[in-house]
Amino acid sequence: MKLLDKLDAVAATRKSLLPEGFDVFGIPIEEVYSSTEARINDRRILFLGTNNYLGLTFSPECLQAAQEAIASEGTGTTGSRMANGSYSGHRALESEFAEFYGCKSCIVFTTGYQANLATISGLAGAGDVVLIDGDSHASIYDGCRLSGAEIIRFRHNDMTDLEKRLKRLGERSTSTLIVVEGIYSMLGDKAPLVDIVRLKNAYHSTLLLDEAHSLGVLGETGQGLVEETGLIEEVDFITGTFSKSLGGIGGYCVSNHPQLDQLRYISRPYIFTASPTPATIASTRAALRLLRDGATLRRQLWQNAHQLYSRLSELGYRLGPEPSPIIATIVDTPRDAIALWKGLLDRGIYVNLIVPPAAPEGKSLVRCSVSAVHTNEQMTYIGDTFAELREVFQ
Amino acid sequence: MASNYDEILQRLCYHLRKFCPPEVEITPQTDLIEQLAIDSVKLLSLIMEVEDEFDISVPINALADVQTVHELASLICKIKSTTS
Repeated sequence: MKLLDKLDAVAATRKSLLPEGFDVFGIPIEEVYSSTEARINDRRILFLGTNNYLGLTFSPECLQAAQEAIASEGTGTTGSRMANGSYSGHRALESEFAEFYGCKSCIVFTTGYQANLATISGLAGAGDVVLIDGDSHASIYDGCRLSGAEIIRFRHNDMTDLEKRLKRLGERSTSTLIVVEGIYSMLGDKAPLVDIVRLKNAYHSTLLLDEAHSLGVLGETGQGLVEETGLIEEVDFITGTFSKSLGGIGGYCVSNHPQLDQLRYISRPYIFTASPTPATIASTRAALRLLRDGATLRRQLWQNAHQLYSRLSELGYRLGPEPSPIIATIVDTPRDAIALWKGLLDRGIYVNLIVPPAAPEGKSLVRCSVSAVHTNEQMTYIGDTFAELREVFQ
Repeated sequence: MASNYDEILQRLCYHLRKFCPPEVEITPQTDLIEQLAIDSVKLLSLIMEVEDEFDISVPINALADVQTVHELASLICKIKSTTS
């Protein structure tokens, strides 16, 4: 096989799977009106897949902070922190995240993807084991690959399977990093953290919890699953992203382990990339303040989540196991998923389409993400549209 | 419980049969991807079944070198011998 032949094979697979003349994975957004609305071609559409859980992308406080940072510090840092230094905003955001979690230290990364890549590959290495949930995000898989550690999967949220695998490791369980997520991005279900912590302690392993989808969503102050379960002292490392509830781009890791700081000197995804722009840091700092004080937004978010989950469930859609701001309708084939996704788009609702191999167990998903700032009118329209499509795709 | 290569190969073929078309013949030289159409999703499901059967954990990294039925059987054999 020649070098580029495999890309031709990818093109052929896409062509066989996806409708002709319509790039479902490259929809052009012409104009963005608000946290929930935009224009695609000539049509005003409703965002229902953006992970903008608290709707902060247009918050006046975040916009103003970003604009002031650009004016005072410029558009970019043009290099890594190791080479170009750490701006006051980067250092302040790290202190604020550490304080938010009550942890000793924090490192900020340029993307959420890199936060997992850098943390996992910095913590684990050749000879170690990373034990990951089967439904883990790609950033976790890629971080594991970069680490050079032995990668072992356990069945999604299956504690019997996790324990079996820890037992098989024998003494190696002490050099094992268990990686789980607060809310899983595919089906919106939570990790059984109480049981995971029990096993981690019983087998003397180390635990990393990715709160990418649970930051701002779970817990009284929005820390995530650690706050909801009261287990912050038991989780060794917490990673997360700025690109969902915080409405920006970037990532973080917080920990009480003093060793965390050493990742700054060994972790390639931290060292060999430019640090976040001043505008990103400033808007994230403003968003973090809003998130902490966002109990009202969280209540609204969960009200919208329960409303849509109940409606889709009553309509007979197959859904993830529990209500959450991520509501995935599960269908058997990519063709069915595309038809439902296109039906929604034709009616002005833009959601996520997920086909194999990205979706779990070979299924396909049409995934919705609700926001705190979706209005009652919008939520009713979404429910009614799914009802109409249920008739069509019965 | 299977402990030698031949027994492991036999049990592996039993599990493989569930993941590939019935008309396809499975031999040690059969290519998992080219001939049995075992894609990455199916492979991980197959591995979960095999892990249960042989009471082992197969690291994902080790699968990068596996292309044929024989290579997968050998890998299982190797892991089994180091863990039992």
